[in-house]
Amino acid sequence: MADTAPAGHNARRLVDLYRTMVRIRAFEETALAAHRAGLMPGPLHVSIGQEAVAAGVCLNLRPDDRITSNHRGHGHAIAKGAGIAGMMAELFGRAGGHCGGKGGSMHIADFSVGMLGANGVVAGGIPIAVGAAQGLRLIGSDAIVACFFGDGAINRGPFLEGLNWAALYRLPVLFVCEDNGVAAFTRADEVTAGAGAVARAQAIGVAAESADGNDAAAVDAAAGRLVAEVRAGGGPRLLHLRTYRLLGHTSTDAAAWRPEREVAEARARDPIARLRARLVDAGTPAAGLDAIAAAAAAEMTAARDAALAAPWPDPATAWTDVLDADRAGAA
Amino acid sequence: MDAPAATETLTLVEAARRAALQEMRRDPRVWVLGEDVARGGLFGQYRGFLDEFGPDRVVSTPISESTIMGAGLGAALVGTRPIIEMRIFDFAMCAMDELVNQIAKVRYMFGGQARPAVVVRMPHGIWRNSAAQHSQTLESWFAHLPGVVVAAPSTPADTAGLLVAAIRSDDPVLFFDPKNLFGVSGKVPAEIAPLPFGRARRVRRGDDLTMVAWSAILPDCETACAALAADGIGVDLIDLRTLWPWDEDAVAASVARTGRLLVVHEAVQAAGFGAEVVARMVERLGPAALRAARRLGAPRVPVPFSPPLEEAVKVTAAKIVAAAKAALGA
Repeated sequence: MADTAPAGHNARRLVDLYRTMVRIRAFEETALAAHRAGLMPGPLHVSIGQEAVAAGVCLNLRPDDRITSNHRGHGHAIAKGAGIAGMMAELFGRAGGHCGGKGGSMHIADFSVGMLGANGVVAGGIPIAVGAAQGLRLIGSDAIVACFFGDGAINRGPFLEGLNWAALYRLPVLFVCEDNGVAAFTRADEVTAGAGAVARAQAIGVAAESADGNDAAAVDAAAGRLVAEVRAGGGPRLLHLRTYRLLGHTSTDAAAWRPEREVAEARARDPIARLRARLVDAGTPAAGLDAIAAAAAAEMTAARDAALAAPWPDPATAWTDVLDADRAGAA
Repeated sequence: MDAPAATETLTLVEAARRAALQEMRRDPRVWVLGEDVARGGLFGQYRGFLDEFGPDRVVSTPISESTIMGAGLGAALVGTRPIIEMRIFDFAMCAMDELVNQIAKVRYMFGGQARPAVVVRMPHGIWRNSAAQHSQTLESWFAHLPGVVVAAPSTPADTAGLLVAAIRSDDPVLFFDPKNLFGVSGKVPAEIAPLPFGRARRVRRGDDLTMVAWSAILPDCETACAALAADGIGVDLIDLRTLWPWDEDAVAASVARTGRLLVVHEAVQAAGFGAEVVARMVERLGPAALRAARRLGAPRVPVPFSPPLEEAVKVTAAKIVAAAKAALGA
C-alpha cells in the first residue's frame, strides 16, 4: 500500500510521529511481556497496531491542551507527554506511579501534561471532555480538549449527549473516534446500526470526517486541520479513524475468533511498518530509524526495571487522597 | 461585646439562593449548570442569576443528566467550581456512572492529582404527591459510597451555611435539598458563614430519649417531641445535618445520657442510614448502655401517588410519637 505524504509533511515531522509510535509500541510490548510473565497485576488493555491515532492527534496539541482517554489509553498518554517512569510504575502498582499505585493501567492520568485520565467505563470520558472545554473557556483559556474513545462508545448515551452539548455551546473539543472495529469480543458492525460515528456526528451538527487511522501522516494532516478549526472557535469536530487492534481485548485474550487471514492482512497495514517504509523511501537512513526504535526499547526496558525495583506503596497510603473530612476523622 | 450579626427571616429556598449568590459574587470560578437554571431553576433557587452573572456562568442545559454531571466534573478538573443542579434527586439516576464511577473516584484513583470541587444539588423526598419517581430519599446509598460528602440539612440557616461550605469544598459534596421544606422560614445571617461538615445541631434538649434525624422529617420530629413533652417525656432531638461525615460524638454523648436511641428518617427503614447510627452506637457504647436502640423509616415500598396511600406509607408525627413511646417502654 502506497502512502503519499500530504503537502507540508516534512521528514522531520514524520520522524517525530515515528518516534512517538515506536515508544508507544515498546512501552506496551514491554508491559505485555511483564504481564504475561506474571509480574504485573490487574487487567491490561494494549493498543498495539493503533499507535498512529494517538501520535497523529497529539502531535497537533499544545502542552496546555487537555485529553481524556479510555481503557486502552497508554498511547494517548505517551503521545501527550506523560512521564514514562510514572506510567510504568503505575502499571506495576509501585510507589512512584502517577497515581501512587491507586489507578493502574486503566486509570493512568498525568495532569501535569494535560492528560485528565484514562477511564474504565466506555464513553466515560466524553462528558468530562466537554465539561473541561467549558471550564477552560470560563477561565479564559484558549486551550482545547481532545477526547479519545472507541467505536463501542458511540452506542452509549453520553456520545449523543456530549456531541449535542459541545455543538450547542460551540465548545473547543476534538472528538476522536478510534475505530478498531471491535467492541471487546464483538465486531462493531454487528452491534452498530446505521452509517456510524461520522453520520451520527453530522446529524447532530458536528462537522466530522474519516481518515485512515493506520496512516500516521494522514491522521496528522486531518487532526492538524481540525484542531486549527476547533482552536479558531469553530466549535467541536469529530475525527473518525479506522484502525485495527492487532491483539486481544486484554492481555489474556487471544482473540482467536478472528480469521488468521484477517489478522495477517491487518499486520500488513501495521502503521509503524508503513511509516518506516515511507521514510526510507523518502531517503531517511534506516540506521537512524533503527536507532530510534532501539532507544525506545532501551527506555522502556529501563523503565520496567526501575518499576520492578521500586518499592510497593506504603500500605498507609491507602488512606491518603481521601476526602478532607475523612482525613480529619482519621487524624 | 460584638453586636449581634444581622439576620433576616427567609424561606429555605431563598436562603439557599442567597448562599449560592454570595459565593458566585465572591468567587468567579463558581458557576451553575442544569436544566432551566437560567430561568431561575425549578424552585426559584437561581432566580436573577442569569442577569447578574450571564449565560457562561448560569448555564441552562439540555435534559442530559449524564453530561450535566460529567461536564461539571470535567470543568472542575480544569479549575472551576461548578454547582451541578440535578433538578430533583430522582433524575440523578440517569447520571450514576458520572457520579459513582467518576466524581467519587477521581481524587483517589488518580493519586490526588484531581480535586473534583463540585456540589451536586439533588432536591429529594416526598413533595406534593409526586409519586414513585419524584419522591425518593436514597441518601443512604451515598453515605455508603467512599469519596463524597453527604449533606442533608433541614433549616434555612443550615441549608445556607452548608451550601456555602459545599461550594468552598475541594471535595465533591452531594447536597440533598429538602424540597418539601423549601417554603419553611427561618432566620439566616446576612453574611452566611460556612457551616462545617459533621457537626450536628441539638434541636431540643431532653433526658429520656435521644432522637436522631435529618432533612425533611425534622418538622415532624419536632411536632412529635412537643406532643411527647406534653406527656412528660423529654426528648434530646439531634439533627445530623450531614450524613458523611456525621457527628458520632454528639449522638454518643446524648445516648450515653439518655440510654435510649430512636433514629427517624423519611427513607425506607431497611438498610437506611438509621441502621448505621444504631450499629455505631452499639459498637461504641456497648449493648448494655442502650436500653432501647430503634429505627423508624418508611416500609420497603415505592412512594405511592394517591394522598391516602402516600400518607399510609410515609413517616408522620403520630408514628414518631408511637415509636418513641415504644422505645421508652422497652
